[in-house]
Amino acid sequence: MNKNRPVNLDISTIQLPITAYVSILHRVSGVALFAGVAVLLWMLEASLSSEASFEELKELTASPLCKLILWATLAGLAYHMIAGIRHLIMDMGIGESLEGGQTGAKIALALAVITITALGVWIW
Amino acid sequence: MVTAVTSFGRSGLYDWLIQRVSAVVMAAYTFFIVGFIFTTPEMTFDIWQGLFNQLWVRIFTLATLLSIAAHAWIGLWAVLTDYLTTRLMGAKATALRLFAQVVLGVVTLTYLVWGFEILWGA
Repeated sequence: MNKNRPVNLDISTIQLPITAYVSILHRVSGVALFAGVAVLLWMLEASLSSEASFEELKELTASPLCKLILWATLAGLAYHMIAGIRHLIMDMGIGESLEGGQTGAKIALALAVITITALGVWIW
Repeated sequence: MVTAVTSFGRSGLYDWLIQRVSAVVMAAYTFFIVGFIFTTPEMTFDIWQGLFNQLWVRIFTLATLLSIAAHAWIGLWAVLTDYLTTRLMGAKATALRLFAQVVLGVVTLTYLVWGFEILWGA
């Protein structure tokens, strides 16, 4: 195979379809969630180690910065999970056509926006 | 390019399946925890600790942590083998990627041990 064949991956010259955005966001949210695991484990530890640290965590999560970090983590989880469930549905052979893929991407995006908004309302 | 040897299951098909099985475990756990939080009128330390005092909940949590470890390795491997390539990074790409994978492996191991300590107490 010719290893020097031309490659054009200059994203700015390519018009990306909605499925590409859903896929890229799935990746970005996945990478971000790897860091988010630290946040969730830290919260689990604080919530379980003692009653005092449980109450401390409750107080801490009342601060705007903590709320923002928690929201960002849960938003990443919500998006990644919805996009992942879309993958599982497609594995079952549903929505695999070009049109089906686009419809699935739109549904996933809409569900993600609704869920992330609801999470924001719940946290604040 | 040394890529397949650093994958999780040493085969694309195996990775594909592990990615899905681990995803189902994590999704089930998320629904379980979210469901528990929303069906508890007022969350107190006793109720929360009582949940994790049950062996099956700790096992479910550990299964989720193991799923996170495998799932993240497979996902991050896919990202790294896409971007840390000789075409994008030059000759040092493989060394760079192996270094990144070692760092991510250490973080993953830290998560596992940390989680184990939270659940079974140190």
